[in-house]
Amino acid sequence: MDKKSMKGWLYLLPAAVFLIAFLVYPLIDVVVYSFEEGYNFASQSYSGHGLYNFSYVLHDPYFLQAVKNTFLIVIITVPLSTGLALLISLGLNAIRPLKELYQTIYFLPYVTNTLAVGLVFMILFKKTPYSDGFVNMLIGAFGGSGVDFIEGPYWAKMFVMCVYTIWIVLPFKILILTSALASVDPVLYKAAKVDGTTPFRTFWKITLPMISPMISYLVITGFIGAFKAYADEVAIFGTNLNAAGMNTIVGYVYDMLYGDSGGYPSYASAAALILFAIVFTITVINLLFEGNASIANQG
Amino acid sequence: MRIVLEHLTKKFPNRDKKIHEDVVAVDDFTFEIPDGKLVSLLGPSGCGKSTTLNMICGLEKPTGGKIYFGEDDVTDLPPENRGVGMVFQSYALYPHLTVRGNILFPLQNLKGKDKLSKEEMNRRADEAAKLVQITELMDRKPSEMSGGQQQRVAIARALVRMPKVLLLDEPLSNLDARLRLQTREEIRRIQKETKITTIFVTHDQEEAMSISDMMVVMQAGVLQQIGKPQEIYDDPCNLFVAKFLGTPPINVFEGRVENGWLVIGSDRILHIRGVEDREVYVGIRPEAFVPDEEHGPLVCDLKSVEVMGRDTSVVSTHAGIQGLCVRAIIPSDAIADPNGDGKVRFSLKPKKVHIFDKESEARIPFELA
Amino acid sequence: MKTYAEIEAAAKRRQRIKTTIIYILLTIWAIVVLFPFYWMILTSIKSYSAYNSEYIPKLYTAAPTAQNYRDAFTQVPLAGYFLNTVIFTVITTAIMLIVTVLAAYAFARLRFWGRELMFTLLLSLMMIPNELVVITNFVTITNAGLRNTFAGLILPSVTSVFYIYLLKENFQQVPEELYKAAKVDGTSDLKYLFRVLIPICRPTIITITILKVIECWNSYVWPRLITDDRSYFLVSNGIQEIRENGFGRENIPAMMAAVVVISVPLIVLFLIFHKKIMAGVSRGGTKG
Repeated sequence: MDKKSMKGWLYLLPAAVFLIAFLVYPLIDVVVYSFEEGYNFASQSYSGHGLYNFSYVLHDPYFLQAVKNTFLIVIITVPLSTGLALLISLGLNAIRPLKELYQTIYFLPYVTNTLAVGLVFMILFKKTPYSDGFVNMLIGAFGGSGVDFIEGPYWAKMFVMCVYTIWIVLPFKILILTSALASVDPVLYKAAKVDGTTPFRTFWKITLPMISPMISYLVITGFIGAFKAYADEVAIFGTNLNAAGMNTIVGYVYDMLYGDSGGYPSYASAAALILFAIVFTITVINLLFEGNASIANQG
Repeated sequence: MRIVLEHLTKKFPNRDKKIHEDVVAVDDFTFEIPDGKLVSLLGPSGCGKSTTLNMICGLEKPTGGKIYFGEDDVTDLPPENRGVGMVFQSYALYPHLTVRGNILFPLQNLKGKDKLSKEEMNRRADEAAKLVQITELMDRKPSEMSGGQQQRVAIARALVRMPKVLLLDEPLSNLDARLRLQTREEIRRIQKETKITTIFVTHDQEEAMSISDMMVVMQAGVLQQIGKPQEIYDDPCNLFVAKFLGTPPINVFEGRVENGWLVIGSDRILHIRGVEDREVYVGIRPEAFVPDEEHGPLVCDLKSVEVMGRDTSVVSTHAGIQGLCVRAIIPSDAIADPNGDGKVRFSLKPKKVHIFDKESEARIPFELA
Repeated sequence: MKTYAEIEAAAKRRQRIKTTIIYILLTIWAIVVLFPFYWMILTSIKSYSAYNSEYIPKLYTAAPTAQNYRDAFTQVPLAGYFLNTVIFTVITTAIMLIVTVLAAYAFARLRFWGRELMFTLLLSLMMIPNELVVITNFVTITNAGLRNTFAGLILPSVTSVFYIYLLKENFQQVPEELYKAAKVDGTSDLKYLFRVLIPICRPTIITITILKVIECWNSYVWPRLITDDRSYFLVSNGIQEIRENGFGRENIPAMMAAVVVISVPLIVLFLIFHKKIMAGVSRGGTKG
């Protein structure tokens, strides 16, 4: 290797060391772990290779519950948050005074500690012997009857979970969509106006197609992000998510690894790979769907 | 500082990976640049002039050949040890530094025994700024200046290390027409004042002719001709050089030599000696044409007359012409077609007429009979 | 037939109604966003007894108290969590910056054998979710005996493939002629990096710094796995610890005081740099 190459590699060396040690090696290792049966953490030995870990995970009711929870969160929050973000961005784009103030406020949740604010949500929704909590007070004011959203029925818990998830993911989506909307050339709108296009048609035929790459980007990243949900759940329901029946796939991975039932890196690896397979498949389907849609649009 | 290039060659691997033959950017250049002169490297884009400049500067390593500064072989020296200053086409000013910061930058790189004191650096920077007349702009950022001013800063930055050689890579092409003229004169003045050997790369023949002591005309990596601008214009060594220099460009005709006559179509235009009968290209400079209604041997069909003030441009057609039309420049008091028959008859100034071999396109010398 | 003036007046009226509705809706959403923050501050200055006596929670308090903040700092090691997070954030971000800048520079400007291959590998690493590698990292760090140490917390948190990519793109936007000019002036590669590239690309470097600081300040999963000694907890773990075994009986006002304390630094940072942060996130987001 000549001097020039040495120099390049020297600059690259620190990054390479970190990436290999904490990203490349673990990636290979996690696959190896997932096929090692009967792994014992203390002695770091295992009894054989096979698919048992996958089979165990897939038959574990906790895992199935986690998969159900995760899918519900994904299916509910991704479309809702994207739609809501689009509405808010359209509103923001239609005003001039105070626009920046609103934008700044809307972005605030992005920079807050999810664990900390989750605690506030928990308190807002919780019903205790001393107090119904703020949300139940609102429900009461409209004539409904209170419910404990934190330790009550499943649908109520899922409701809080989705509300909090949407509250957390909206800032990023609003930001991206607002700048996408702002970058649509205003001449197009002027042209549409001159042609007498109705606002509704302008939205469907001009605005939406122009920002559709950003929307599909948000949908894909939204899917990936929602599938990895975990910290938000801990924030609302505490660390023992299995007991609350609100665990997610990622939560299951961590619980298997380290937690009340922990110490099983093989099961954790198998579950993580299953998650990766799901996310990967959905991303690919998304991309294919999007590709077809854009071909259809052109045709 | 005298610069000598000896068999200088640069090859690049072909971009198309299937073709293994290298692309020759600069092919076996040998020439000498005398001390204290301003020399232009002139040629169309892609002719290898910038590559040559980069090799003289040290940014690129030649594939073969040697470069000497004076008696020293600098072929393998890195740029900073060659004592060169360079001005880039886009000026390459550091956008985050002020003008002073930009001019000081090369000085701050000096190490060891060459290291300068702060006062000395500032003195040198002020001196360079004064030379290019930007002393009042020292605290501005490049983005706050016009293209012409940025250009001056770039020159000051190149000069501040007191280079033995100053290299300018298309320094005027980012300026508008008026500024280009101004800056051209400015560069000439600075070069005369500092007496630094200067190499100026350009694709604009007018620019090169007006500014340089000496021109090096290149095409497709091959050296065509070296000489003083007027010499090259008057005595082009081949058809390419003849066509490349001069505005409007030289008129090229298909012609032949026949029994001591130079003939275009059926017009016998010059009686010559020393050339056997053959097919040739005939190049006639626009200023060679003299309207001569009675005896003019070259008869063209008049198309239009464009009045340009100082002189008049006559556009006509002729069966032998390559290209669309014949363009002649005549004094404004001359009349192209006094009898109004749609024909214009020219006699020609023999010194402005050149003939070229049809195969090699090399110029064929002739004498008047 | 209506006159032009009438049509115009009607259009104006419609426009005004539309704008008003938009403002109302936007304001409602702003309240939804801000309300949790208001609630956490409000609760944190209610006294323990006042809070527990409100069966129907009040939207204001007549007697604000700072007692909860005193409790937050004395009854639980909040200051320790805070300090740990600052140390963790500063060191991780600093190492990340050095590693990222050097690698981005190598990819953007230096010519070396294997560069294209390495960059392709780097890009493919961007698709790897963190969840997949945490497991092995947990085992690695545990086996190295680095549990409950700053080294164990920091080392796996340093790498950010995306930031290398972002900065490399930015470095490449700086015209190559600047590099050539610097070479002619005898500038070394390292000096060119620090004196020219970094100052020019400062906005991007500030962006990735801020993004990394936010990421570090809020990180929860890795610290939770790798620390079980409270003296190494970061704020996220601290708040979870406070929630589960905190102030003896459920002392929600004190909990909220702790929440306020750990939320404030980032919010202050955001209020100061909100333009830079939003621009950075939006650029980082669009390119990702």
